[in-house]
Amino acid sequence: MNLPRLRVRRPWRLAADASALLTAVAVAFPLYWMVLSAFKPAGEIESSEPRPWTLAPSLDSFRRVFGQQEFGRYFINSLVVACSVVIVSALIAFLAATAVTRFRFRFRTTLLIMFLVAQMVPVEALTIPLFFLMRDFGQLNTLGSLILPHIAFSLPFAIWMLRGFVKAVPEALEEAAYIDGASRARFLWQILFPLVFPGLVATSVFSFISAWNDFLFAKSFIISDTSQSTLPMALLVFYKPDDPDWGGVMAASTVMTIPVLIFFVLVQRRLVSGLGGAVKD
Amino acid sequence: MQSRKAPWLYLAPALVVLGGLLVYPVYQLGLISFFRYTQAQVSGGEPTTFEGFGNYAELLGDDRFWQVLLSTVVFAAACVASTLTVGCALAVLLTRVRALPRLVLMMAALGAWATPAVTGSTVWLLLFDPDFGPVNRVLGLGDHSWTYGRYSAFLLVLLEVVWCSFPFVMVTVYAGIRAVPGEVLEAAALDGASQWRIWRSVLAPMLRPILTVVTIQSVIWDFKVFTQIYVMTNGGGIAGQNLVLNVYAYQQAFASSQYSLGSAIGVVMLLILLAVTLGYLRLLRRQGEEL
Repeated sequence: MNLPRLRVRRPWRLAADASALLTAVAVAFPLYWMVLSAFKPAGEIESSEPRPWTLAPSLDSFRRVFGQQEFGRYFINSLVVACSVVIVSALIAFLAATAVTRFRFRFRTTLLIMFLVAQMVPVEALTIPLFFLMRDFGQLNTLGSLILPHIAFSLPFAIWMLRGFVKAVPEALEEAAYIDGASRARFLWQILFPLVFPGLVATSVFSFISAWNDFLFAKSFIISDTSQSTLPMALLVFYKPDDPDWGGVMAASTVMTIPVLIFFVLVQRRLVSGLGGAVKD
Repeated sequence: MQSRKAPWLYLAPALVVLGGLLVYPVYQLGLISFFRYTQAQVSGGEPTTFEGFGNYAELLGDDRFWQVLLSTVVFAAACVASTLTVGCALAVLLTRVRALPRLVLMMAALGAWATPAVTGSTVWLLLFDPDFGPVNRVLGLGDHSWTYGRYSAFLLVLLEVVWCSFPFVMVTVYAGIRAVPGEVLEAAALDGASQWRIWRSVLAPMLRPILTVVTIQSVIWDFKVFTQIYVMTNGGGIAGQNLVLNVYAYQQAFASSQYSLGSAIGVVMLLILLAVTLGYLRLLRRQGEEL
């Protein structure tokens, strides 16, 4: 499993440990600075002598963020969008991945190539036709205009990644289930689904992030009804390039990062084994 | 049990969604790029006129486009190379350390990975802020502005992109190394192979499928970087010096209302990435892998 341990001599091992810890500190530093700046009182952020600590933590920046009109609403909007995208795309991708791994049929390889090609599509360029599409269907200024495209864009990668997980479930299990009299639907939802679930979780990280992070669609499709806006837009309210309210930006950034962090910590182990499994096959 | 209809039944929802929200918009994108489509046509004041390759001719004759294309390719290549180097190096490091440092590094990397692009961009801007950022203080750069110069602005964006995308490479490659049987490595070590030799001659070939996957994903992601450029250089930098194709297309369409020109740029991007994909597929086939 692991690399041979005996060969690594002690001083080297210590050096490796030390450099891993140093790298971790460097990687975590921007996040630390973000949280720190969110808690710094106003005068300390806009100071030419930035200190890596604060002796007078204050919640002023957070108060400003939550005091901004309807920030809570944007938060809920973002959650609704991200969760709908995760659930719907996971279910659709599961069915599709099952189809392309458990069946042999004409156009199977063609379809797989199409799923790969679909990942190349520059989402941002599609904002133009999607804008007209949403306008024609009266979806502008609704959360639906954010949910629907993100489902479509996260599907190809999700299907591509899930294949490995579905493939890993032995065929014999399927045969045994049918011999025992299980219907196809029963096998699908009560046997295959729970077995593939860890993979679904790993995959859903990607759709969650893309939906949660999106600010282009929010910027382009939510044009007049700000009550339908999402968090990234709210964050940019504080960020004016000439004179940013750093405290506000960092507090809003902290609030926006926390849900994703929680999601990541929850699925961390499955993510690691999931990525290994997805690329091993 | 293999019925003919079953797979298509399972595929139906995916195909409907992708057909309506991906294939159809791509078709429309292509269509718009052949028409004259500006604010006048959008508001319905003027009829749309067929331009043929007019938009493309305009694009290809525009020095700006070539300059943006060049910076996109160079910037994406630099991002991919740095991300892969950092990711692979740290993945190898992860296999050499004790459990605690490994957990700490893994957690820090997951934190960077989890950070939303908008958030990451603003945080890095603050870190490198000429007046209030800690980086200039530590390096003693005074009030040097990183976003003013073309290359330093690109460098700043590159650092942020690498920071938030190396974790994917690190975690995936680490998972791949863990899956290599220990006996193989022990045998190589017993035969007196150096660490570098083990990596080059044993690990790298066994990891090739994984390395191909992370490379291609990085290419796709880095070629399409949008949020970081848009936020960190405020929509493409001073006088558009930091534009990449994706932002350029967006600006043409939504800032200048040149929808058809924006679409044409989108089509060009799509074609470039398509070429990359086809190359990737040929590579997979040569390795004798089945899809």
